[in-house]
Amino acid sequence: MHKLLVDDPGKQLLLLGNEAIARGAIEAGVGFAASYPGTPSSEISLNLFQMSKESDLYYEYSINEKVSMEVTAAAANSGVRSLCIMKHVGLNVAADVLMTLAYIGVTGGMVILTADDPFMFSSQNEQDNRYYGKLAGLAVLEPSTVEEAKEMMTYAFDLSEELGEPVIFRTTTRINHSNAFVSFSEMKERKTKGEFIKDPMRCVTVPAVARGLHVKLLENLKKAEEIADKSELNRRSGKGSLGIICNGVSYGYVADGLKDLGITDKAEVLRIGFSNPLPKALVADFLKDKDRVLIVEEGEPFMEEAVKATAQENGLTLPIMGKSDELFSRLYEYDPSTVRGCIAKAFDIDYTESEVVDLTDVPEIPNRPPNLCAGCSHRAVFYEVNKAAKDMEMDIICPSDIGCYTLGFLPPLSTGDFVVCMGASSGTAAGFSTVNDKKVVSFVGDSTFFHSGISGLMNAVFNNHNFTYVILDNRITAMTGHQPNPGVDMEEMNFQGYNKIDIEEVVKALGVKHISVIKPFNSRKSIASIKEALDYKGVSVIIAKERCTLYAKSVKKLKGKPFQIVEDKCLNHRDCINELACPAFYLENDAVKINADMCVGCSICAQVCPENAILPVKTKE
Amino acid sequence: MGTTRLIIVAVGGQGNLLASKVLGEAALLSDLPVRMSEIHGMAQRGGVVESALVFGDAESSIISDGEADVLVSFEPSEALRALNKCNIKTKVITSLSPVQPFTVAIGRGIYPEIDTMKKLLDEKTGGLISFDAVELAEKAGTVMSVNMVLLGALIQTGILPIPAENVKTAIQTTTKKAFVDINIKAFDLGFEAAQNAS
Repeated sequence: MHKLLVDDPGKQLLLLGNEAIARGAIEAGVGFAASYPGTPSSEISLNLFQMSKESDLYYEYSINEKVSMEVTAAAANSGVRSLCIMKHVGLNVAADVLMTLAYIGVTGGMVILTADDPFMFSSQNEQDNRYYGKLAGLAVLEPSTVEEAKEMMTYAFDLSEELGEPVIFRTTTRINHSNAFVSFSEMKERKTKGEFIKDPMRCVTVPAVARGLHVKLLENLKKAEEIADKSELNRRSGKGSLGIICNGVSYGYVADGLKDLGITDKAEVLRIGFSNPLPKALVADFLKDKDRVLIVEEGEPFMEEAVKATAQENGLTLPIMGKSDELFSRLYEYDPSTVRGCIAKAFDIDYTESEVVDLTDVPEIPNRPPNLCAGCSHRAVFYEVNKAAKDMEMDIICPSDIGCYTLGFLPPLSTGDFVVCMGASSGTAAGFSTVNDKKVVSFVGDSTFFHSGISGLMNAVFNNHNFTYVILDNRITAMTGHQPNPGVDMEEMNFQGYNKIDIEEVVKALGVKHISVIKPFNSRKSIASIKEALDYKGVSVIIAKERCTLYAKSVKKLKGKPFQIVEDKCLNHRDCINELACPAFYLENDAVKINADMCVGCSICAQVCPENAILPVKTKE
Repeated sequence: MGTTRLIIVAVGGQGNLLASKVLGEAALLSDLPVRMSEIHGMAQRGGVVESALVFGDAESSIISDGEADVLVSFEPSEALRALNKCNIKTKVITSLSPVQPFTVAIGRGIYPEIDTMKKLLDEKTGGLISFDAVELAEKAGTVMSVNMVLLGALIQTGILPIPAENVKTAIQTTTKKAFVDINIKAFDLGFEAAQNAS
């Protein structure tokens, strides 16, 4: 049995934050869940997917966040407790649903989990999604620890049902990807079937209905504030005339910082776990006997602005500090020493930091930037596109998309000139090709194509744009840890009850007139096909089909044998390294070698080598 | 109860996250509170993987620059790169077998001399334990047990209030069955190596 399905209250396990959240949802009796995978939330989805295979829980990998919120909203409006999971930028995709779903509300509990990523460990921006709570008029909850993330799930579902509204559950990477001991609680009974009761005056948002619904939403928001004022999630600790208001992981840094500074008896802490709407009465009561207050929150001054407004409304004039040039930044994530330092500065506390190591005479250490894996087919395609364009003396612009293949922007491949968000490489290709005289070749992965790349392609066909769209079909959603997508053969993965969508058929049906399917590890043929596509005026699509190497390795479907460099043939041109930059190459006494443990035998370097000096390693009989 | 802060650094694929998990499970067996934080995602694509483990009486799960009590590195240049996490009292344990960064192969960086690295690590911190963990891992049965070798060395120092027996139990419950014997042997070899080194 899946470890998170075990009904054993009191059992203690070391869990990843994302596992704790998935367990919390199970304890809350969640019956329906959907998501499009995105780091740092991916393991929540993975665990729910696994559990759905051994229980009556319904879970689906939806094709994008908007769809996942739609399916979830319908389940929740049929009385089933439902969870929708996404990374922060996923909520932008789903925002259209979110904004009006807030008007409609829900009849069964619905929780929308957004995993924010301060410092952008694996994201394109570090937007603060608490503002979505404010924008949509929905309650926002924020756990401070892994254990609390589990506990808060039941609270979130209860709150959602009490308000009749979805609840936003906001985590950050340091919750999702931290581990701690977590104790299991009772599991509520799981209800997976409900009944949709028709109620057009609530559920059909034509203007006349929506006007009334907005009134209801504002009433709900007022009710939410009353609940927040009394919520156990907003708690005070300690005593003193100095005050700290904090949220999320910052709470831990504050608690440790006050101890380190020896001022636990001088400061009172208000930990906000229910952060939208701000519990104004509670905050006003907290502020009234303080000399100075410091707000500690990563990201934007979300609480700070609301706290300052509350002080003004209550005629309080004490200094309220937070984001400024001298104290906290709006950039990146915080850490214990930053928080301790700002507390000391804000409250004029003397503190000597521990003596750090002098790094001035430490030599520069060569970096390890993330690189496409040895034997990754994306590398082959990028090389081949560059080669084809070079042969045709064509200068190309390469919009790219979100996935492993974004790494192609690094030299020497340099096939990524513009990356903005999921699916954008088809839309941006259209704009670039219209106003530039250069050929545009854009790249997208299979999962990202289904997610939203397909819309831009449809647009390009209709508006008769002129570019080549390369779909890097590696048969899996690779970047986030090998999740399925509609192009994947689920039966091959031993999952029944799914259909499969063929990308070539889709592209054909969209009206693309020039389609080629290439096998990237056959370099000569691929380059010839790419040249034809580049030559075509209009939208041409290239589908590069080759399984993700990392995935093939994990399911033991790698067939290739490692290659080696034959020393007496190699003239040290280094085309292999310089054109491909495969991480399996290394230098030994200035000669190029191939790490046989890493090489998977894709053979692309052997096809690049002008001396034919790269040959398979001979296996001894 | 005091607090002990441990940073583990490795190159993607060296098994840092598994080592952290084993230590976490061993802490659970030892009734020692622990909060762990890890940065992965790009891990399998050759980047640096860093775990922070905060044992004892603390709420934070990450470790600021200069605040690690112990640094364990699976690769010498990564130990040097992580020196910003250390202070003059930090104990450093590192393997000496290099994993050449790819940037060196394409001429964008020079890999530092092992002796230079050893000297710097030793001089700037509260002491260095270094040995070739790859050699010991191979002796145990597979190069993949480098992580367990270094766990052995860490436990030998006694910096963490976790008995070796609990780590071995955690190895049995956490690592793949086929590798348990090798992993325990690797742990013992690392333990001995640290004994001989100090």
